[in-house]
Amino acid sequence: MTMAPEVSETSPEKLLAPVLSAFWDEPGSWTLETYLRHDGYAGLRKALAMTPDEVIAYVKDSGLRGRGGAGFPTGMKWQFIPQGDGKPHYLVVNADESEPGTCKDIPLLFANPHALIEGMVIACYAIRSEHAFIYLRGETVPVLRRLHLAVREAYAAGYLGRDILGSGINLDVTVHAGAGAYICGEETALLDSLEGRRGQPRLRPPFPAVAGLYACPTVVNNVESIASVPAILGRGKEWFRSMGSEKSPGFTLYSLSGHVAGPGQYEAPLGITLRQLLGMSGGMRPGHRLKFWTPGGSSTPILTEEHLDVPLDYEGVGAAGSMLGTKALQCFDETTCVVRAVTRWTEFYAHESCGKCTPCREGTYWLVQLLRDIEAGKGRMADLDKINDIADNINGKSFCALGDGAASPIFSSLKYFRAEYEEHIRGKGCPFDPAKSTVWADRTNPHPEVRA
Amino acid sequence: MTEVSLGMPQLPAPDYPAEVKTRLLADAREVIGRYPDSRSALLPLLHLVQSEEGYVTRTGIRFCAEQLGLTTAEVTAVATFYTMYRRRPGGDYQVGVCTNTLCAVLGGDAIFEALRRHLGVGNGETTADGKVTLEHIECNAACDYAPVVMVNWEFFDNQTVESAKELVDELRAGRTVRPTRGAPLCTYRETARILAGFPDERPGAVEASGGAGPASLAGLRLARGEGGPARVGPPRTEPPQDERPPEHPSSHDAPQQTSASDPDHPSGPVTEEGEG
Repeated sequence: MTMAPEVSETSPEKLLAPVLSAFWDEPGSWTLETYLRHDGYAGLRKALAMTPDEVIAYVKDSGLRGRGGAGFPTGMKWQFIPQGDGKPHYLVVNADESEPGTCKDIPLLFANPHALIEGMVIACYAIRSEHAFIYLRGETVPVLRRLHLAVREAYAAGYLGRDILGSGINLDVTVHAGAGAYICGEETALLDSLEGRRGQPRLRPPFPAVAGLYACPTVVNNVESIASVPAILGRGKEWFRSMGSEKSPGFTLYSLSGHVAGPGQYEAPLGITLRQLLGMSGGMRPGHRLKFWTPGGSSTPILTEEHLDVPLDYEGVGAAGSMLGTKALQCFDETTCVVRAVTRWTEFYAHESCGKCTPCREGTYWLVQLLRDIEAGKGRMADLDKINDIADNINGKSFCALGDGAASPIFSSLKYFRAEYEEHIRGKGCPFDPAKSTVWADRTNPHPEVRA
Repeated sequence: MTEVSLGMPQLPAPDYPAEVKTRLLADAREVIGRYPDSRSALLPLLHLVQSEEGYVTRTGIRFCAEQLGLTTAEVTAVATFYTMYRRRPGGDYQVGVCTNTLCAVLGGDAIFEALRRHLGVGNGETTADGKVTLEHIECNAACDYAPVVMVNWEFFDNQTVESAKELVDELRAGRTVRPTRGAPLCTYRETARILAGFPDERPGAVEASGGAGPASLAGLRLARGEGGPARVGPPRTEPPQDERPPEHPSSHDAPQQTSASDPDHPSGPVTEEGEG
C-alpha cells in the first residue's frame, strides 16, 4: 500500500453507519433532552411491551456479540442467568476501558451516556435485576460527571427508580469509579474490585452468571454492547442483521489512531477493512507508509500492510491470525521501532500484572528484562528464542487473559519483524530515531531560532 | 522519600479531628448506602479520605476500616493495589503524561522528558511549590488524541512539548486552566471527592468543553458527506529543537537490571540452564 490508498469506489456515506455516534455533534448531546429528541428510550418502551424472556430471545436473535474484546453473544450471556432462584441478580457494566489503544467507550459515555442507561434498563428487565452498576475507570473524571448527571436525569424522568414507566419494575443504578488497575477490565477481577477487594481474577467455574457479584447471578457486559441494545430494540433485529455478516452482524465503533491523517471514531458495519477506513480518512500521514497495526488493542497480535483488506469482524480478523478485540486500530508507520513498541507494551503488562499467578507475574518480568536489553543493543540472538519461549509459557498457562495479551505482541512481532530484532542485536543498538515518529516530526519550523 | 520499615509495631493512627470526622461520617454513610454490601464502598471511601488529606494516610485507612468493619491491614492491602491512591503527599495538580506505546511514540516520551527537565522533578515527584506532581501514566482511552496529558484526570489532548510546558507554567502561576475535554481544573483533593461519587457542584462543570471532541466526530462528519479527514486538535507548535531522544519513563517501576541480563557478567540462569 502507498501512503494514500486509492479512493474506494464506495463513499464514506455508504461505508459508515453512525448509530451510537449519530448526534454526538449536537449541543448538549449528553443530555436527556437531546437523547429523547433522537428516539431515546423508545427501545425501552418496546422492551417493556415484551416479556423478559422475549427480550433475551430478541437480543440473541439479533446476533449482537460482546464489544469488549471477546465477542461472546450478549443475549446468550443474559440467558445463562438462572431464573426463579430466589437470589438477587445484578448487571455490571464494564466501563474500565484500559486496553492500550482502546478509546471508544470513553467518548461514547462522554457524548451519549443515556444510550448506556437505556440499555441497562432493558438488560435488567430481561435478566430480572433491580440493581445495576457502572464500573467506570477512575481516570476519566469528565465522563464520571456526565454519568452522574445522566443517572440523575433518568431517575427524575422515571426511567430509573420505582415502577419504571408504570411497568411495575424497579431499578437502581450505582455509578462506581475505579482506582486505576488495568486488570479490573477482566470481568471477575472487576467483580472482586467492586466488592471492595484487590482486583484479582477469580477461578472459573463458577462463572459470574451463576456466582458473580456477592456470589449472586451476574451479567458483566461492555459499555458498547449494552449501549447497542436500545437501537436493536428500537429499529429491529432485521435492521441490525442487515449490517455486517451472518456471524458478526451489526454496527460498531472503530477507533483509528497513530500515524494516520484522520484519527478518530468511525462507526461502521462490522467487516469494513482498514484499507477502506484509511481510504476515507486521508490515509497514513503524508509521506509515510503503514508498517504495523493492531486490530483491537495491544493484546491482539499485530498485523501488517498485507492485512489491509482483512474484514474487521470476529471471523475475518481471527482468520488472519489475530483478534477483533476492541477494534482499536493503532497504526504505526515506518519510522516506528517495533522493538520499542513491543518493549513498552510489555512494560505495561508487567506493571499491570496483578501478581496472582506465576506465569504472568514472573514471565512479564523476565520479558521486560530481555526486551530492554535487546532494544538497548545489549541482547543476544539466543534472547529471541528465549522471549518466544517465555511468551509461550505465559500464553494459555495464566490465570486470565492478561497473560495471553502480554504474549501477543511478542509472538506476532517475532513473526513479522524478527529481522528488526536481529538488527538491534547485530548493530548493538536501535537503528530508529524516535524524534521522527512524533506527530510534530514533519512540521517545518518557521522560526528555527526559537528554541523549545 | 522512602521510609524503611523496621518491623516495629506502630501505634494506632491518630483519629481525625472531631469536626472533620463528623463531616466524613455523613459522607461515608451516603457512600455505604449505595451498595448492598458495605465492603463495596471501600474504593469510594479511599477516594473520599484522599479528598481530605490529599493522599491515603494511616488516619484515612483507620477511618475506612472502622466504617466497614475491616482491619487496617485489609484496607491497606486494597489501597496499595490501585495506582490512583497516593501513598504520600502530592501536588495540587497531578500531571500525568501518557507513555504507553502509542502516545510515547507520537511524542509522549519527549513530552515527559521535557517536563521532567522543565520542572526539575522525576516521576512521582512534586515541585517545591507543592503545585505539580509529575507522573507517567498508562493508556487513558484517548489514543485518537495522542499525545495525551491528563491533569487531575481531565483530558489535555494533542499535546506538544511546548503546550505541555505552558500548561504546567499556567498551573504553577495559579491561573485557571481549561482542559480540551473536561471541566476547568479543580484541585487534586476536589477531584478525589468527585471520584468518591459526590457530583461536581460547580456551575457549568458538566457542560464544559461541549459534547465530543473533534476526533470523536471524524467518522460522523465523513458519514454526513462533510468530506476530508478531520483536522483534530489545536494548532500545534513547532517541533522541539533541543530535545534528546527520550528515555523510558514508564520503566521506573519495572524490574531492574540483573547480572543475568548483563553481558559484562554473563552468568546466571541462562548459562546455568545450558541455553546460553
